[in-house]
Amino acid sequence: MSSSVLYDAPGPKTRRVSNIVSIVGLLAIGSALAWLLATLAAPREIRPGLVQPGLFDSSRWNIFYEPFQGYSPFQVWYGIFTGLAATFSAAVVAALLAMSLALVVCLLRLTKNAGVRVPTAVMLEFLRGMPILLMMLFILLVSGISVFWVVVVSLALYNGAVIGEAIRSGIQSLPRGQREAGLALGLSSIQVRLIIELPQALRQMMPTIIAQLVVLLKDTSLAYIIGYEDLLKKITHLSNFYGDRYFFSVFFVALVAYLLVNLSISRFAWHLSKHVH
Amino acid sequence: MKVILENFGLFWLGFISTLKLLGVSGIGALLLGTLMASLRVSPFGSFRALSAIYTELLRNTPLTLVFFFCVFVLPKLGIVLDFQISAIVALTAYTAPFVAEALRSGINGVPIGQAEAARSLGLRFDQVLTLVVLPQAVRMVIPPLINVFIALTKNTSVAGGFFVFELFSVGKRLANLHGSAVVPILVGIACFYLLITVPLGQLSQRLEARIALVR
Amino acid sequence: MRQARFTLAVFVVAVAGALTLNSCGDSSKTSSTGNAEANGPYQLAVKIDPKFEAGSTMEKLSKAKKITIGTKFDQPLFGLKGPDGKPRGFDVAIGSLVASRLGIPYENIEWVETVSLNREPFLQQGRVDIVVATYTINDERKKVVDFAGPYYEAGQSIMVLKSNTDVKGPEDLRGKPVCSVEGSTPAARIVKDYGANLVATDAYSKCLEPLRNGQVIAVTTDNVILAGFVDQNPEFKLVGEPFTKEPYGIGVKKNDDKLRAFINDVLEDAEKDGTWKRLWQETAGKVLPTPSPPVLARY
Repeated sequence: MSSSVLYDAPGPKTRRVSNIVSIVGLLAIGSALAWLLATLAAPREIRPGLVQPGLFDSSRWNIFYEPFQGYSPFQVWYGIFTGLAATFSAAVVAALLAMSLALVVCLLRLTKNAGVRVPTAVMLEFLRGMPILLMMLFILLVSGISVFWVVVVSLALYNGAVIGEAIRSGIQSLPRGQREAGLALGLSSIQVRLIIELPQALRQMMPTIIAQLVVLLKDTSLAYIIGYEDLLKKITHLSNFYGDRYFFSVFFVALVAYLLVNLSISRFAWHLSKHVH
Repeated sequence: MKVILENFGLFWLGFISTLKLLGVSGIGALLLGTLMASLRVSPFGSFRALSAIYTELLRNTPLTLVFFFCVFVLPKLGIVLDFQISAIVALTAYTAPFVAEALRSGINGVPIGQAEAARSLGLRFDQVLTLVVLPQAVRMVIPPLINVFIALTKNTSVAGGFFVFELFSVGKRLANLHGSAVVPILVGIACFYLLITVPLGQLSQRLEARIALVR
Repeated sequence: MRQARFTLAVFVVAVAGALTLNSCGDSSKTSSTGNAEANGPYQLAVKIDPKFEAGSTMEKLSKAKKITIGTKFDQPLFGLKGPDGKPRGFDVAIGSLVASRLGIPYENIEWVETVSLNREPFLQQGRVDIVVATYTINDERKKVVDFAGPYYEAGQSIMVLKSNTDVKGPEDLRGKPVCSVEGSTPAARIVKDYGANLVATDAYSKCLEPLRNGQVIAVTTDNVILAGFVDQNPEFKLVGEPFTKEPYGIGVKKNDDKLRAFINDVLEDAEKDGTWKRLWQETAGKVLPTPSPPVLARY
């Protein structure tokens, strides 16, 4: 259903009203944004005599382009870059693991054997309901594996469960005729699942799966609790070292980095899905 | 185990605080998310664009950064909020896009004939949306919405780093006092979270089964 | 199609690049050849071929020429990670000192961040060999780990805005909002003993902005940590005398009496020959006055 079904195709009068509303809206948003930037950029006097420089003042951004306190801007940017690499590498490995786990879990969940299906369902409920912060802490404090793998395993377990459930509901929403046709052709139950139902379910649930993988990447920032040196942790180190005057600038850089990476992932996935069809 | 029983009062306080964050932010997210979804399908271009930008911006930002904005940047604009309220604002703003996306996919799932029939009866855009499309869409999106709420429950733990006392803060506090019992304390904390998320998950399953029957 | 393939190629290269970069890491662990004098940023003499009792932890560590030390990464003056990924501070210096007496050069030390939640579990698990992280010795913790030292005595204190004249000591904080880190002993104490309204977060640096805005009246923790912030931000000041005693010790695994005795000997030697004083003046002493080293509590 497209949005044009909700209302008549606009005639000239409605188009004019729509344009006027749009322009007024744009002006309102634009001026709000301008006010926001102006207020942030202005120095603030929060106590008599205590003046803080504005958020775009060079004293808050100088670490990015000139040497400061004995460290070069290159070192600053390199630190940010390694943080991004750490985030990305943990996310990629966790995503691959999560997808594999999702497929396995989904098949187990749909099996006719109740002895397998019910424990799987219970375990899935448990994995989905557990906060990742706690899962990471548990695995860290109970096992001896390295911090990178603690992060990867926790993210894979949680997201594998969620994606597995998504694929399962995708399979269950397929027309029953698909399965019946497959069985009628003499394929075994597993074969029908893998050859006929899974590809269709994956295609249908692709937006959900991609969205969940973006969440996975964002959740790597929760690894601060176990000391994994991801992007957010690296940013925190920078602001701890240079002082909280740089809070806003380093967090802004982190925001831009996350937006770039996440939007590229979504865009890339959208590209992929277009070409698969 | 003894540690949990001795400090049950503290666990309970944290649990209540988490429930409060969940409840208020959840309702806020539902309202804001519905508004965003409506704007997204409205006939006005700038509204559609605004909603799309907001959704994309917040869905691709980690929650910690949203909290950071609410707690540290808003005061610079002159908006100094009580810490609990900042947390609720952050959680609401972050969760609303997910609610909006769930609703949008639900709206798109309502058969076209419904909207066409409504318009042929002469109903306006807002009447079509509120009287015909949304009620049907809502039924289909309850399972994904419940997933959003389960995620919100767990996201409340981020508020602990931003001046709000909640369940995870209880864990940190007790772990410092009882260094020998860190793992049992965390197990206790996990149980309290599961107390909220598992029933929600079960509810979602039951509703999914009923909808499948209807289909 | 070509566009998609190109995007895929870029993606693969990015991932490969990220994985390689990540495995590079930022703390080099290549062992140095030869035990040079004056090794590392604190110019410590690395002991050549030290001999230890067979089967002791010291022998194990010195044979492996590697040690894992838990420290803080966000505490100015004591344990702070710089943009080059290397921690600096008095705790780091003391840790390097212990390592050097084990024959382990600075480059072979693996620094791990230990927050209050995981200090004891990490020692128990063996994820770290020792913990030098503004780690206060107290009886409750002695049930789970052992302490060498103390190597410094801090005290809990209060930081307020310079313009604040109302708060003179912890008693003035009753019912007022005070910021500290959740799960820390100073936070628990300011509520239990002085009835303050705790506003807790996960890092002291986050307390500074609310203090400036007036959302909290004071920040409380150990005086040396606060002094680091006052040094960075002249709009704050410390008030009153430290009202507790926080002896910082080096945490070791429970019942490793030999390691504990060894570290105590190292500390005692350093205090006698002036190394302790030198290390202090090169790190925290740049901001804080130089005290006399505390008496070791051997037990």
